[in-house]
Amino acid sequence: MSTTIAVFRREFGAYFNTPLAAVFLVIFLFLAGLFTFNLGAFYDRGQADLRPFFQFHPWLYLFLVPAISMRLWAEERRTGTIELLTTLPLSLRDLVLGKFLAAWAFAGVALALTTPLWITVSWLGDPDHGVIAAAYLGSLLMAGAFLAIGACLSALTKNQVIAFVLCVVVCFLFLLSGFGIVLDFFSGWMAEPLVRAIASLSVLTHFESMSRGVIDARDLLFFASTIVVFLVLNAILIDWKKAS
Amino acid sequence: MPDELFIQATGLRKVFGSIRAVDGVDLAVRPGEVLGFLGPNGAGKSTTMRMITGFLEPTAGSVRICGIDLERDPLGAKQRIGYLPEGAPVYPDMTVREFLWFIARARRYRGAEAASRIDGVVRRLQLAGVLDQPVETLSKGFKRRVGLAQAILHDPPVLILDEPTDGLDPNQKHEVRTLIRDMAGRKAIVLSTHILEEVDAVCTRAVIIDRGRVVFDGTPADLDAKAPASVERNRLDHVFRSLTTGEGAGRGGRAGDAGTRATSGAGHA
Repeated sequence: MSTTIAVFRREFGAYFNTPLAAVFLVIFLFLAGLFTFNLGAFYDRGQADLRPFFQFHPWLYLFLVPAISMRLWAEERRTGTIELLTTLPLSLRDLVLGKFLAAWAFAGVALALTTPLWITVSWLGDPDHGVIAAAYLGSLLMAGAFLAIGACLSALTKNQVIAFVLCVVVCFLFLLSGFGIVLDFFSGWMAEPLVRAIASLSVLTHFESMSRGVIDARDLLFFASTIVVFLVLNAILIDWKKAS
Repeated sequence: MPDELFIQATGLRKVFGSIRAVDGVDLAVRPGEVLGFLGPNGAGKSTTMRMITGFLEPTAGSVRICGIDLERDPLGAKQRIGYLPEGAPVYPDMTVREFLWFIARARRYRGAEAASRIDGVVRRLQLAGVLDQPVETLSKGFKRRVGLAQAILHDPPVLILDEPTDGLDPNQKHEVRTLIRDMAGRKAIVLSTHILEEVDAVCTRAVIIDRGRVVFDGTPADLDAKAPASVERNRLDHVFRSLTTGEGAGRGGRAGDAGTRATSGAGHA
């Protein structure tokens, strides 16, 4: 436990040791604001809720979350510090979990900085706070799922750009796996139950219901199992190929 | 006695694709020994050290650190090793203080104990003046010292140093060698190097590997004795070349010819 925290602290600090944290947070808040007020027509709708804010999160995360996760392992490989890290008396669990939790906590910080919107909407009207809280939870879980995917893909390469692009593509597939754009590719040649299984992996569908305030055990299970599966895969990849 | 061995590597083999990087290396190091690990580039020195420290998994063979099997109890074995990887990689955007705290926490030290450990290595490697500087702003010599500091923070019984003096100026080399000599005694130390005089200066034992196999294992004096009497200068260079290239093989037929080359030909590094 204490060793997982040691890895967590180093990784979390690493975001703030470079301009990455500042640049990321500013861009995240700027884009979140832009989407909410312009595309989402926050004021014109005349409704006291945060729907216009949350409905763009999947798309915001599609490009911003890979920017958080791409460095996790690729940078270690490029600078050779992976040799230092993996010869310390740390287990794979410490490394994989510590890194993931640090990235997730950083995404959490970004999300927490959007709470002034919540305050604004409560000041303007009388929103359903339960719905907003559920949407925040859904957003955080979606970020976690994307981060786990990104961390795993970052372990494949020492090139951060490759890690970024791979992560965007895989997250995009997960986002839209319930929609024609992805399903058309599989239906026809794949057995119907399998196609339905792929459709059920759609991040967008699972997030949609949570952003409306519905906390369903199936959605929670979906995000939790996505995170676990990719973290296990991440550990396997690192164990299998430490040296570049 | 086998339990007295701090490092015991048996039949180490590492195959990358079709290349046999390490091909059956046995290495046994006792406390008090400083083993100089020599060999041409690509002979398998770093690969061997990476297998001993648990970074690479051997294709075959086993490693025991202070009697602990590396495969069975990797964390227990790693706890007893201090390792300076080649090029001394250190997180560039951390300050020296942050980095050493990370290492201390990763090695399960807390609070006052961690602080006193860090204090100890900071004093020993004279890092006090750069504690709050990011590592990437440091000179090569300081970076190397930070790398050494993390390797000895937990006062490990086994020290593995991959080219600890490579790229340093003569003063810095001298400092690092003095440090290694000071630490010898209770530890088993393995250091790889390209500088043959270093073996004379700090090592109690020399092992030369070539193409993944051990071709010499003995004291620096034994190594020196292998050079023909006719060779007066760069005697170790001569032996090294004859062992790893077959040029002027010892007392063999081409000795005279190579002897001339060793004395008048190839200059100093």
